[in-house]
Amino acid sequence: MVRGYAGKFLEVDLSSGGIKDVTFSDDILRNFVGGRGLATKILWDRLGSRWEEIDPLGPENIFLVLTGPLTGIYPGSRVCVSGKSPQSNGIIGSTLSGEFGNELKCAGYDGIIATGKAEKPVYLFITDDNAEIRSAEHVWGKEAPETIRTLTKEGLELLKRAGRGAEKIKEPAMIYCGPAGESRVRTAAVMQKISHAAGYGGYGAVMGSKNLKAIVVKGRKPLPSVTSPETVKILLREVERQLLERDRLRRWGTGYGGYEVGARQSSEPVRNWQEEWHDEKRFGGPKFDFRYWVKRYWSDFNCPVACMKVAVVKTGPYKGAITDDPDYEMQAYLGPNLGIFDPDKCIYLSALIDYLGFSGINGGNTLAFAAELYQRGILTKEDLGFELNWGDVEAFERLARMIVKREGIGDILAEGTYRAALKISEMKGVDVTKYAVHVKGVEVGAHGTRSGLDFNPIAYACSPQCGDHTSGVYDAYNDARIVFFDSAVVCSMCGSPLIWDFYKAVTGWDLTDADWCRVLGRRIMHIQRAVLLLGGPDIFWRPEIHDDNPPRFYEPLPSGPYKGKTTDRKTFEDMRKQYYEAIGWDERGIPKSSVLRELGLEDVDKALDKVRKQ
Amino acid sequence: MSGRRETILWIARDYLKCTGCRRCEIACSLFHEGWIWPEASRIRVFMLVPGIEIPHFCSQCHDYPCVSACPVKALSVDERTGAVIVDREKCTGCGVCIRECPGNIPFFHPGDGKAVICDLCGGDPQCVKVCQEAKFNALWAVREDKTGWGSYNRKLFAQPPEEITKDVAMNLYGEKGEEWI
Ligand code: SF4
Ligand code: SF4
Ligand code: SF4
Repeated sequence: MVRGYAGKFLEVDLSSGGIKDVTFSDDILRNFVGGRGLATKILWDRLGSRWEEIDPLGPENIFLVLTGPLTGIYPGSRVCVSGKSPQSNGIIGSTLSGEFGNELKCAGYDGIIATGKAEKPVYLFITDDNAEIRSAEHVWGKEAPETIRTLTKEGLELLKRAGRGAEKIKEPAMIYCGPAGESRVRTAAVMQKISHAAGYGGYGAVMGSKNLKAIVVKGRKPLPSVTSPETVKILLREVERQLLERDRLRRWGTGYGGYEVGARQSSEPVRNWQEEWHDEKRFGGPKFDFRYWVKRYWSDFNCPVACMKVAVVKTGPYKGAITDDPDYEMQAYLGPNLGIFDPDKCIYLSALIDYLGFSGINGGNTLAFAAELYQRGILTKEDLGFELNWGDVEAFERLARMIVKREGIGDILAEGTYRAALKISEMKGVDVTKYAVHVKGVEVGAHGTRSGLDFNPIAYACSPQCGDHTSGVYDAYNDARIVFFDSAVVCSMCGSPLIWDFYKAVTGWDLTDADWCRVLGRRIMHIQRAVLLLGGPDIFWRPEIHDDNPPRFYEPLPSGPYKGKTTDRKTFEDMRKQYYEAIGWDERGIPKSSVLRELGLEDVDKALDKVRKQ
Repeated sequence: MSGRRETILWIARDYLKCTGCRRCEIACSLFHEGWIWPEASRIRVFMLVPGIEIPHFCSQCHDYPCVSACPVKALSVDERTGAVIVDREKCTGCGVCIRECPGNIPFFHPGDGKAVICDLCGGDPQCVKVCQEAKFNALWAVREDKTGWGSYNRKLFAQPPEEITKDVAMNLYGEKGEEWI
């Protein structure tokens, strides 16, 4: 058996209730590794021939929860969720941290493949080599705290009944969707703990569409055995040593960026990206630190970095809000982007968004989009039922709850920024897509391109993960490395050049950086690219139009030290052209036949013929 | 008494500082089991409420109720360190030590079903090393006088994880902490 893998995957047909184990050949594992890579393989093999017709929120979609050979062993343990994305209609490998990945492996599974749709709300309970489907009606509609509390208690009860009884059993780990996912809000996240989210892709909505509230798992076995345990131990020590040196990241998490990205780099979303600069010294790491952080170092299994922090609001109207950090993205999207410069309010909103199982980045983007439409008089008080002014946290809470319940205008906004923009344009007879800050249906991360100091002009536009800031592209060779982290499934913030040695010591397979970047990683990105172009069923992307930045990114910056600067169209087009060439796409951005064949993707090539003819 | 001060080793803990990295579990299982096996680690970090992580392991009660209760005398106290040592040949997995421990700390090894209790790694605690190395300082080693004079009342740390969770949740989350439990 291949080392580093538990050796089997759990496949659950939620329609029939059927549960079985499936395996993949060594060859497939070797080529696609796990996580994001294996997700593209599974989805392409099973859905590829009908890709355009598959409704991401229909029972034909597949919900994948995958680990990789390094999950649990390499510092920074994560799981990858995937499926056909209700945001991009392509495939996004979305990862989240927590104990779920290593628990699943200790339970004897490398991943979960959930198909079909349960008749009533259910959750999956997995223990050593065993799984059962249980009713989740009692937690359906519940926010994070109650879901976690109830299912943890229930899980412990079940474990106790099955175990020896006398001893305390450690709680199981779980992933779940919040009310947002249940309502199939396209920006719903898959959640773990209280604030750990896989936000990109909208896979919370996929869980909801399957009536799958949660997956709870406890594994009592050791992590899978590896090829050279002694080497792994040495490498683990060495990577840990390297990570322990990352002092700024350890001390303040990504929250240190809050002030920096806004004031110094002029690259932070402010009022739906109308500006990217603010000099509000109330924001940024240290400001949260001494006032809110009750835990300055908060980790998940096997992470020496602890870039998370537990923030609690102790007094005032927002008292009792608990969230992590908030990290830079949450600070930006649920702060300045909504015209909020008060950390109390930002933490409150961050906690709320998590409890609802909404993605903070994507959902925060939609909230700001609505507020800009209100600012411009396109959406009115009559449309909303209340005023939606910048900085009004109560109004944003109301709107978020309306979206999650799909009430009134919330029903439209639940479709995500771009789809909502299309509907509202039609409804109002004005083009509002120019205010929608997304790339191919995925709301962009909180890093702009205009000042030229942060993200490069093609980072989002050419990425197979679209607006995802964790996989922005720059050059066709090096970009693939992130795909490895998402496939091995480990945290990319814990990156080290030793990862290839690590991989070899675990699996016994020799893999060089060059092989990965030239062939394996590139193959995965090409499958992602192909399905993105195939698209459907509601929205299709054309590279000549949609491999682009949001229109806003071409407006000159209105304020700050980089006032007047904007993304240069010519530079963008040159870079895009070079990128296409380097990665092997034709001048229209469609993967070339010769390249796909070289990568062994003949069937993908054939499928793209119809796109080429358009 | 001879001139040498007789001491025992003990691991003090600060629950407020535990990050939940579980590197202690990893270090413990690597040392004792040869591979990463969180469920077989002598130190187990409970997270009954997110953000409230409780490292749970033997605190070496001065009167060692587990040792005196064991019907087959499988438990003994290491003279040098003060750790409880399990004789795995003798242990029958009856569970008396677990019931007698005020913190329900011992548990059955997921492999052979016998009781597992922290043995202080023979005097060189691995869990402390990794916690300290990361500057988390949730665990640290204490050497204290065997006579008990001026020492910790270690037994106070032998509490079930639920109890400790309650207190820590109140400390960190205030009133909200109550709701979580
Ligand atoms: S190593 Fe320290 S901080 Fe990490 S889980 Fe263990 S006790 Fe907590
Ligand atoms: S804490 Fe429990 S296991 Fe340790 S000495 Fe006390 S009774 Fe025994
Ligand atoms: S001292 Fe050793 S045996 Fe005890 S918990 Fe720590 S690592 Fe495990």
